[in-house]
Amino acid sequence: MSTAAVPQQARGRADRTEPLLKVENLTKHFPVRGGFAGAKQIVQAVDDISFEVRPGETLGLVGESGCGKTTTGRMLVRLLEPTSGKITFEGEDITHAGRGRLQKLRQDMQIIFQDPYSSLNPRHTVGKIVAMPLRVNGINPPGGVKNRVQELLELVGLNPEHYNRFPHEFSGGQRQRIGIARALALKPKIIVADEPVSALDVSIQAQVINLLRDLQREMDLAFVFIAHDLSVVRHFCQRVGVMYLGKLVELGTREQIYQRPAHPYTKALLSAVPDPAKIGESAGRIRLVGDVPTPINPPSGCRFRTRCWKAQDICATEVPPLTAKSSGSEAACHFPEEGILIEPEATAETVS
Amino acid sequence: MNDQNPYLEVQDLRVRFATEDGEIRAVDGVSFALERGQTLGIVGESGSGKSVTSLAIMGLHNRKKTAMSGSVRLGGRELIGMPEEQLRRLRGQDVAMIFQDSLTALNPFHKIGSQLVESYRIHHPQASKAEARKRGLEMLDRVGIPNPIKRFEQYPHEFSGGMRQRAMIAMSLVNDPNLLIADEPTTALDVTVQAQILDLLEDLQREFHSAVILITHDLGVVSQVADEVLVMYGGRVAEYGTVEQIMRQAQHPYTWGLLASMPSLHGDPDADLLPIKGNPPSLLNVPAGCVFHPRCAYAMLNGGPCDIEVPQLLPLSLSAQPGHTVACHLPERERVRTYEEEIASVGVAL
Repeated sequence: MSTAAVPQQARGRADRTEPLLKVENLTKHFPVRGGFAGAKQIVQAVDDISFEVRPGETLGLVGESGCGKTTTGRMLVRLLEPTSGKITFEGEDITHAGRGRLQKLRQDMQIIFQDPYSSLNPRHTVGKIVAMPLRVNGINPPGGVKNRVQELLELVGLNPEHYNRFPHEFSGGQRQRIGIARALALKPKIIVADEPVSALDVSIQAQVINLLRDLQREMDLAFVFIAHDLSVVRHFCQRVGVMYLGKLVELGTREQIYQRPAHPYTKALLSAVPDPAKIGESAGRIRLVGDVPTPINPPSGCRFRTRCWKAQDICATEVPPLTAKSSGSEAACHFPEEGILIEPEATAETVS
Repeated sequence: MNDQNPYLEVQDLRVRFATEDGEIRAVDGVSFALERGQTLGIVGESGSGKSVTSLAIMGLHNRKKTAMSGSVRLGGRELIGMPEEQLRRLRGQDVAMIFQDSLTALNPFHKIGSQLVESYRIHHPQASKAEARKRGLEMLDRVGIPNPIKRFEQYPHEFSGGMRQRAMIAMSLVNDPNLLIADEPTTALDVTVQAQILDLLEDLQREFHSAVILITHDLGVVSQVADEVLVMYGGRVAEYGTVEQIMRQAQHPYTWGLLASMPSLHGDPDADLLPIKGNPPSLLNVPAGCVFHPRCAYAMLNGGPCDIEVPQLLPLSLSAQPGHTVACHLPERERVRTYEEEIASVGVAL
């Protein structure tokens, strides 16, 4: 660790404007057998998505179940092999990095899982769990492994004396803290957090959100924060990507996404959140009809068109590209909420 | 039905479970009343006793291991101590329940249709199969399931999550219950589907004029559907009032904690949330005095009453609005001041 720490920091500062993580046209298709006679079908879990994460930046990925946000997260840390596309980390193509390279890579990229019950080995003590990344990578921190583990436990708000306890002796929130300590053990540059607070009670959830925010600021960590809860993402992320049925439908800053959503789906998603500021109110909100279609045979063209109130013929025939809209964000929509008419001058200028 | 009394009246309900580790005080003196056409939201975290309260109303506990006391009066009849046979007739007929997990609440081996028919015919033994089928189809249509005739012949696994929840609602309403208990009915659903189901529940309540108990941890859901709110903590009622009173003039530090720890879609996203410190209590070993005092930032300790005396659920004396009761030792003036100065601008309280 001591040898790695210095250049890491130096690089982090120098490449401030360069993306830490770059994802281009990332796609994951899962073959499944289903239907009559076990015919081969393809689940298009993630389809052609691109985004970047800069050092120290927090990117939220939101969407409903089946939108591909978890699959994306797992591909980023290479727990899943992408079908096609390219993942670049610090300028290096890691899409098909081999085992040895991956092990090195995972010192810089870590993942926190949703379920604090199944992501910790019940037969290992907390000390052993948190020390595992150090051991696996053969790192002997100054002061010894135990010392470092106790530092980490303290950092995430656990009692360092609980080093010898087993996961079952901790509550859900504390277990999530153990998972966070383990992710921090190698001083990563980026953490993929997959629904890190959704299994927790409200009061505990706030503790963990605050902890993650403090750590993010103190350690200048980049985050890919995957969640279905839009208000949690708003509190944690500087930039937000909205996914629907394997596609990235909108990408923008927090203000753009929450104040001026361009994609109808983003707008519908936001208006569906029951808002404690509006007592007894459900009128005036956008209601989506039906459920999310199956990713085995997604709708042609824009995948959201079957539930979209603005859909027209072009939506069924042409896949809308993710392009900058006048409201500021990038959205994949033929008829974005704002912005199609606001910038005629700008377009005219470029044409002339 | 007696007109003077509310349709459902729960008084001093206590539920205790005998376990290997000792006695669990799951519900400890809960009282509330509910009229038909009204919705009561019961809010609390895991272990607060909110689900146990609803199961107790339904009489769904293992009688050998559960000690229940207090009174649950439904339409003038006392449910506690009612013979099992009578209770069974009541369940499904007068009281119905919707659960969080529709996949386990529906029988995977039976078609949706036959499950609907069965739940109808159990309470209408004179009804023919054709009548029951007609009623079942009507209900599927009513809860917004497209193509009910085809869906009637399908199995639960062929339904999506939202559709299954609709089917379960159809099943619970097939006998026109007067009281519907919905235990986290939308927690497992995506937000856009949750919005559909909440709308549906509201429509159906208006149509059937039933009383609804909605159990949830989500204050957003509560503010959308509930008329009254009961905040539970550690098996006791912390605060009880109308939805405006709870969401806008909360008086209990635990309610403050819930409000200030929930991230909101409004306000400064960079402001820190105010979480409640510590963890919920173990019901095997309930703290003395106020159950919430070990986590309460305002507790009066060291000879103060909070760690010694259990606070009573008392009406507010300074407030002009009736019906708001709070179990807290803090002086009311102090609570009003704290809410306005410290809580009203954080999280979803905003």
